Amino acid sequence: MNKIFTGVYHWMDDRFHLADAVDFMKKKYVPVHRHSIWYYFGGVSLFLFIIQVFTGILLLMYYKSGEEQAFESIHFIMSKVQFGWLIRSIHSWAANLFILAAMIHMFSVYFERAYRKPRELTWLTGMVMLLLAMGFGFSGYLLPWNELAFFATKVGTDIAGVLPIIGEPILQFLRGGEDVTGATLSRFFGLHVAVLPAIFTVFLSIHLLFVQMQGMSTPMHMQHLKEDEIKKMPFFPNFLLRDLLLWLIVLNVLAILAVYFPWELGKKADPFMSAPAGIKPEWYFLFMFQTLKFIPGHVLFIDGELFGILMFGLGGLLWMLVPFWDRKSTEGKKNKIVNYFGLFIVMFIITLTVIGWLS
Amino acid sequence: MKEHPGQEIQNKKRDFLKFILFGSATAWLASVIYPILAYLKPPKQAEVVVKSVKAGKISDFAKDTGTIIKFGSKPVLLIRNSSGEFKAFSATCTHLDCTVQYRNDFGLIWCACHNGKYDLNGRNVSGPPPRPLDAYNVTLQGDDILIHKS
Repeated sequence: MNKIFTGVYHWMDDRFHLADAVDFMKKKYVPVHRHSIWYYFGGVSLFLFIIQVFTGILLLMYYKSGEEQAFESIHFIMSKVQFGWLIRSIHSWAANLFILAAMIHMFSVYFERAYRKPRELTWLTGMVMLLLAMGFGFSGYLLPWNELAFFATKVGTDIAGVLPIIGEPILQFLRGGEDVTGATLSRFFGLHVAVLPAIFTVFLSIHLLFVQMQGMSTPMHMQHLKEDEIKKMPFFPNFLLRDLLLWLIVLNVLAILAVYFPWELGKKADPFMSAPAGIKPEWYFLFMFQTLKFIPGHVLFIDGELFGILMFGLGGLLWMLVPFWDRKSTEGKKNKIVNYFGLFIVMFIITLTVIGWLS
Repeated sequence: MKEHPGQEIQNKKRDFLKFILFGSATAWLASVIYPILAYLKPPKQAEVVVKSVKAGKISDFAKDTGTIIKFGSKPVLLIRNSSGEFKAFSATCTHLDCTVQYRNDFGLIWCACHNGKYDLNGRNVSGPPPRPLDAYNVTLQGDDILIHKS
């Protein structure tokens, strides 16, 4: 067996100079310190994304888009197809865990200031991927064509429509018409299984390439240390094996959640029904949803909803551009504003999510 | 440094070529992008203009209830109040497009999405809705209830 493996390796090495890649891997180290645990969440997000691709392809084998078929086909997957309930439940759970892992990854990078020079673009590509992940969540949510999804999509697309000038064309583009109908379902399906994965893959490749080229970021408090004073562990195989062990744990957690808390299908959407009481979006949209509940009809001279969207837009933009306004961290100085802004955002998200959850 | 007269002609030629190149690249790009954008814009579909619908018979609606009625492709909320009087409003919340419902426990029209409230005249009285609900006219023709656009 070993002989065959060596033979294949030499055959490939002869043609593609694998030795260069192996040399590169040997030189890659991961710093070891008390915040090392945060390094793992990027890998966990990647793992969950891979699960999404696999389970998504499996669901595609039976899913049918269309007002008259979508709900029925998911029902078919869950009740008739062997292990269909499991695949669908894993896809729904992994979607949520993926966003959770990506958020933990983002906040840890933020508070560790790992976005500082030279990793500004790694941060930006990561942020784009988080937005895409939310797009995946939003578009995928509609695909079962159930009551909750129908109203969530009405609200979500209407929010886009509130924007001045570009709002209406965006709304029309997303809905495929004036209202949320089967046309919206077709568009969301296309976005979810073709457009978003294609764009996401490009950003993921760039993100990973940057990480490989620049290596892992060392925390601010270790910056003054000399190269040989920093405690490190080789990426290959030490860190990679730990990564894989954690992936295994995540897979187990995912299986437990998917089996013991199977994802509900709910009631089929009916455009001529009132929105049901207790309607809520997925947890990661909950803080925005709850904020929109609190904003009155008019703020100053503009509509409350437009005001809310502008505030979220502005906050998100500031967050996304942090590597460019936080110059102090790049110079190795402490920047308390970054901490205050970050803590404010975290507290805001947690508080409103909890209120939204309880109400 | 003074330019050679031949050089000047060369530069002019080069500028001209640049202009042609970038001009045609832009034109080419536009000729690709325009059809794509136009394709993505959903075509206007000829909708049957509904001016009025028959909601049902008076006896179909109990007092102090609200029912969603199909008005073309739009939902309309038909309310029969406790004194037996009929009123109709667009059921589309003016906040973010959810479909509202009549809550007899509140004596109000309520939107479950963001807790918007309207009184029985369709006026936004609490929560985020920025505008009142559009009102529809209700007429009784014998035992039949007709809803018309105001």
